[in-house]
Amino acid sequence: MLLIEIDGKEIEVAQGETVMDAAQRAGIYIPHFCYHKKLSIAANCRMCLVEVEKAPKPLPACATPVTDGMKVSTRSAKAITAQKGVMEFLLINHPLDCPICDQGGECLLQDLAVGYGESASRYQEPKRVVKDKDLGPLIATDMTRCIHCSRCVRFGQEIAGLMELGMPGRGEHTEVMPFLETQVSHELSGNVIDLCPVGALTSKPFRFSARPWELSRRRAVSPHDGLGANLALHVMHNRVLRATPVDNEAINECWLADRDRFSYQALAAEDRLTRPLVREGERWLEVDWQKALAQAAGALKVIRDTHGAEAIGFLASPQQTVEEHYLFAKLAQGLGCENLDHRLDQADCSALPGAPWLGMSIAELGELDRVLLIGSTLRKEQPLIAQRLRQAVKRGAQLNVVHAADDDLLCKVAHKLITRPSGLARALAEIARALAEAGRDLGAAAAAVAGVAVSDEARAIAASLLSGERKAVLLGAVARQHPHRSDMHRLAQAIAAASGATLGVLVDSADAVGAAAVGCLPGPRGLGAAAMVAQPRKAYVLLGIEPYLDAQDAAGMRHALQASELVIALSAFKGTAQHYAHVILPVAAFAETDGAFVNMEGRVQDFRAAVKPAGEARPAWKVLRVLGNLLGLDGFDYDTAEAVRRAALPEAEASVRARLDNSPAAGELRLPAAADGLERLGETPIYQGDMLARRAPALQATRDSENARLCWARGDLIERLGLAEGQPVRIVQEGGESVMKLGRDDRLADGVVRIAGSHPLSSKLGPRYGAARLEKM
Amino acid sequence: MSLNVANHKVCSWTQDYDQPASLATYTAHGGYEALRKILAEKTPAEDIIAQVKTSALRGRGGAGFPTGLKWSFMPRGYAGVKYVVCNSDEGEPGTFKDRDILLYNPHQLIEGMLIAGYTLGAAAGYNYIHGEIFELYESWQGALEEARRAGFLGKNILGSGWDFDLFAHHGYGAYICGEETALLESIEGKKGQPRFKPPFPASFGLYGKPTTINNTETLASIPWIMRFGGQAFLELGKPNNGGSKLFSVSGHVNKPGNYEVPLGTPFAELLEMAGGVRAGHSLKAVIPGGSSAPVLPAEVMMACTLDFDSIAKAGSMLGSGAVIVMDDSVCMVKALERLSYFYFEESCGQCTPCREGTGWLYRIVHRIEHGQGRPEDLDELLRIGRNIGGNTICALGEAAVGPVASFVKHFRQEFEYHIEHKKCLVGA
Repeated sequence: MLLIEIDGKEIEVAQGETVMDAAQRAGIYIPHFCYHKKLSIAANCRMCLVEVEKAPKPLPACATPVTDGMKVSTRSAKAITAQKGVMEFLLINHPLDCPICDQGGECLLQDLAVGYGESASRYQEPKRVVKDKDLGPLIATDMTRCIHCSRCVRFGQEIAGLMELGMPGRGEHTEVMPFLETQVSHELSGNVIDLCPVGALTSKPFRFSARPWELSRRRAVSPHDGLGANLALHVMHNRVLRATPVDNEAINECWLADRDRFSYQALAAEDRLTRPLVREGERWLEVDWQKALAQAAGALKVIRDTHGAEAIGFLASPQQTVEEHYLFAKLAQGLGCENLDHRLDQADCSALPGAPWLGMSIAELGELDRVLLIGSTLRKEQPLIAQRLRQAVKRGAQLNVVHAADDDLLCKVAHKLITRPSGLARALAEIARALAEAGRDLGAAAAAVAGVAVSDEARAIAASLLSGERKAVLLGAVARQHPHRSDMHRLAQAIAAASGATLGVLVDSADAVGAAAVGCLPGPRGLGAAAMVAQPRKAYVLLGIEPYLDAQDAAGMRHALQASELVIALSAFKGTAQHYAHVILPVAAFAETDGAFVNMEGRVQDFRAAVKPAGEARPAWKVLRVLGNLLGLDGFDYDTAEAVRRAALPEAEASVRARLDNSPAAGELRLPAAADGLERLGETPIYQGDMLARRAPALQATRDSENARLCWARGDLIERLGLAEGQPVRIVQEGGESVMKLGRDDRLADGVVRIAGSHPLSSKLGPRYGAARLEKM
Repeated sequence: MSLNVANHKVCSWTQDYDQPASLATYTAHGGYEALRKILAEKTPAEDIIAQVKTSALRGRGGAGFPTGLKWSFMPRGYAGVKYVVCNSDEGEPGTFKDRDILLYNPHQLIEGMLIAGYTLGAAAGYNYIHGEIFELYESWQGALEEARRAGFLGKNILGSGWDFDLFAHHGYGAYICGEETALLESIEGKKGQPRFKPPFPASFGLYGKPTTINNTETLASIPWIMRFGGQAFLELGKPNNGGSKLFSVSGHVNKPGNYEVPLGTPFAELLEMAGGVRAGHSLKAVIPGGSSAPVLPAEVMMACTLDFDSIAKAGSMLGSGAVIVMDDSVCMVKALERLSYFYFEESCGQCTPCREGTGWLYRIVHRIEHGQGRPEDLDELLRIGRNIGGNTICALGEAAVGPVASFVKHFRQEFEYHIEHKKCLVGA
C-alpha cells in the first residue's frame, strides 16, 4: 500500500490506482466530464486538473497514477485556476440556454458551471453550430451542445462492442456522428443518453415531456429478460415518463438494454384494458368487476362440473410476478386441474427435476475463462449478458458457440459449430464425443454418441473446454424452445460434467425461475403448454399472454382456442383477446403492481407499484384472490402482495434456492436425427417477447423490429429457389401460411429460414422450429 | 567532401555529388561502414548509447531532448517486440529540412535507423512521412528496396545473424501527427490524436510495445557519430549542443533554403549565407525555430548564436531550426493572424483548452486585423493563452500560444495601433 495526501487528507492507495480513484474513495469530489468508471481513460475534458506537488503543470486526476508520498491539491489556487479555465472553454461554444434544453436540471455541465463558471461570458465571438444527427427512434440529438468528452464513442467501442458513433473531424470541426450507418441500432444504444454529461444526446421518447425536478423516481425491476435489471421509473401525474438504470454491480452494473429503458411506453398504449368485458353473443359489454368475476367463476365451474377439471387449461406468461404465478397455480390446483404451464414458447415441456437457472451468479459470468454457448441469439435475448461475456472475452476468455446462425456477437468467438436447429443436438454430440476421445467420462451419454464422427471444430471446442479454470456451458432460448430440448439439455449436461464446467440456463423471462419454483407447471398427470395446444381443452384461463404470439405453434393455438367453449383472459392489453375470449379481466401492467421477480441467478427482487393501474384495472394477484374466493377455494385470503409472497416462498430466497436445479428431464439420451429440407428458425425477436415491448412505439421503430418483419434466407438458398431479396415470399408451414418480405442473411446455417416467432406476421404459421417451404408469389 | 570528420556537413554532404541519393554514392564515401563495424564487432548497445550521449546530440525535431538519454529509457531485458520509429512528419510551418534528407541522403537515415534498431533491440522500424510529400514516400521506398537488395535490411543482415526491417508509412498531412504519440496512433490506423502520457512510448508505444521515436535528422546523424565518435560530433558544435544542424531559412531573404551549419554559429552568419534581407529593407523580426517558437525582434536575434541554449536564453526555441525571417514590410498583426489560423485549423480537437482556445485566439486576432479590435483584446489574448498553456494533453496548445504571447509582447504597439486606427501601422 502507498500513502498519498489529497487536500491534506491521508489516503491509503494501491499501486496502479489513479488520483481520481483515490479521491472518490475518500469522498473528495473532483469535477470531471470525460471520466467514467466503466470506460477507458480519455483525459480529454481537462476538468479534473489538480495540482500535484513537484509537477510543473496541473495534472488530470483521472489519468495520473498515484505515487508514494504524492501530495495533491484539488482546491489550491493553481488547481482552481486550471479548472475554471477549462470550464470557460467548455462554455464558450456551448449554448447558454439551459431553460430550453432537455438536460436542464440534470446536466453535469450546468451543475459544474455553478461551481466553476463565471456569471457572464467573456466570449464575444460567433458561437459554433453543429448540425443535428438522426440517430434513430431512441436518441435525440442537439449536437451543438456536445462537449466532445467521447464517452458515447468509448461506450460503443468498449461496452457495446460496435463503434456506431465516432468523432471524425479535427479541432473545432470534430463532431460526434454515426460512423457505420446513418443511425444507431445497437440493443444497448440508449446508455449513451445516461453517459452524455450534457444535452447533446437525450431520450427521444421522453424529450420535452417533463423537467427532472417534476418527476418522482420509483424503484422497479425490468420485466423482460431473466436479468432483472434495476430501474428507476420517473413518474409525473401517475404516468411513467421514462426509465433509467439504478446501479447494481451484481446485475445490470450501470447499464440498461434499450428494451428495459423504453418499454414503459406501452403503459400508455391505446389498447389498454380499463374495464372488464364480457361477451354476449357477438357483442361485448363493459361490465363491473362483480359481474365479470361472477360470470368467470360461474362459467369455469360449469365446465369443471360438466367435463371435469382436466378439460381446463391454465396458461400464464413468465413475465408475471412470482405472487401471481403462485396464486394462478393455486387456483388451478384448487379446481383440481393439473394442466398448468408458463412455457408457452416451448415445444418440449417434459418435466424437470427443478427450476432451471443460470447455475452461477450473473457477476461470475464476467469472470469465466471458457464458455460454450448453445442455441442462443444472445445479443437479442440477453443484451446485458452479451455485454458481460464480451468483457470476459476481452480479458481472455474463449467463447465457443453452437447455434443455427453465425450472428455477430461483437466479440471474438474462439470456435463455432453453425448448423440447422435440428442438427444442434448432433453438434453437441460431436463435442461430447471429442471429450470422450480425450479420455473424459460422459456417463450415461457415452453410448448414444459413441458412433458420432467428430469434426475439427468440435474437437477444438472440446479442447477449449478442457483448458481454463472457470468454465460454463450455457443453454439459450433456441435450445429451450426447440423440440430437441431434452436431448440438448442432456448433452449439455454431459459436456459440462466431462469438462468440469458449470451448466447454466440463460433464462429469458422475468420470472421464469419464480414460476418454476412456485410450481406454475403441469401436475404429474397434467398437460404442458404444448400438449394443451395439441389436445385442445374446453376452457382456458390465460394470465398475461397473447396466445397467438406467445405460443410455440401459433396456428395450433388458434385452432385450440377457437375450438374451446370458454376463454377467460386476465390481461393488461386488449390485443386480439376479443377474437377468442369470453370474459376479459383488466389487470395491472408492469409498474402498476406490487410484487417480485426471481431472476436467472435465483435472486428475489421485490418492488412496489410506481403508478396506479389504468382505469379500473386491478393487480392480477387481487383478481386471482377474488376468483379463488368466488370458486369457494381455501387459502385465498391475502391482504398484500407480501403476504402472498410469504406463502409462496416461506423462506424467501432460500425457498427458491432449494428448487434450483439444472438437471435435465428424466429419461435416456436419444440422439435425434437432423431434418432434411428447409426448417424454420423461429426465435422471439428482441422487441416481441412480451406485451410491453410489443407496444413501445420507439422500440417498434428500431432496426431490430424492422428485421423481425422479414423472412431471412441465405443468398445461395434465395438463388436456388429462384426468389429475390426484398420481394414478398409465401411461407408455408403445416397448419398455416403467411407472406413476408425476403431478406438475405448469409450467416444462417444451411437449410435455415429465419422467421421470427411471437410476431403478428408469423402468427398464422405453425411451429417455430418446424419444416417450412418458401414459394414464389 | 564526404562523410568526413573534417566536413561540418553531417546530413547534407551528399548534395555535393551527382546522384546524391544513390546507394553507390553513399557507400563510395563510407556509407554503411559504421553499421558494418557494429555488426562485425557486435558492439554492445551500452557502448553505442555512450557514444550518442557523449556526442550531445539533441533531438532535431523541435524539443531538443538528448538522444542518448532517450535511448537509455528503452527497457533492456524486455522479451517482446520493440520498435524504432522515425518521425518524418515535417509539418511545422517554416520547416523543410527532413524532406531534403529523404530526397538526397536516404541511406544515411536507413543506416541510422538500423543502428538505432540494433542498439535498442527493435524488431522493425517505421518511417512516418508527411502526407504532403508523397513523392518522397515513394522515393524512400525505392531506397529501402535498394538497401534490401544489398543485404542491409531483412534477414541475417550482412551475414551477422541479425534480422531487422524498415517500412515507410505516410500520413495525410495532419500537423498533429508530428506529435509522437499521435503519430503512433496514425500508424496503427487510428485517428491521429496524441495519447495521454504517462505511459511514455518507451514503455507503451507502437501497438503497445516499447518504442523509440526520433526525428529524421536525429537518426541520420547517428552513422556520423558512430563513424567518427561522439567526441568529434560534440566538437563540431558546442558543449551540450553537439554537431551541425540543418536550418531552413525562409521569408524575406535573398536565398531561402536549407543550410547546414555547426551549432553555435552566429545567426548573422546564417543570414549572410541566405543572402541577407531584401535590398531596401531592414530585418524586423525572426521566428527562430518553426512557427510555434516565440518571435524575436531583430536586435535580439542578431545577438544570438544558433544553438539550443542561446536561443532559449533569448526567450525562444531553436525548435526544428526553421528560421522565418521577416523584414520591415511585415504587419505583425497579419502575420499572427495567419499563424493563429494554422493552430486553430490543426488542433486535433481532442482536449478542451486547445480545441476551444485556439479558435478563440484566432477569432480575436482576426477581428483586430479586420479593424474590429477592442482595447481589452490584447490582455484577453494573453489570459486565454495562459489558460491553454500547460493544461493540454500535448504541446500543440503551447505551440499555439507561443506566437500569440510573443507577438503581443514584442510588437504590442502595432496591435494597439490596429485597434485604435482600424488599420495597419506598417506603411501608414
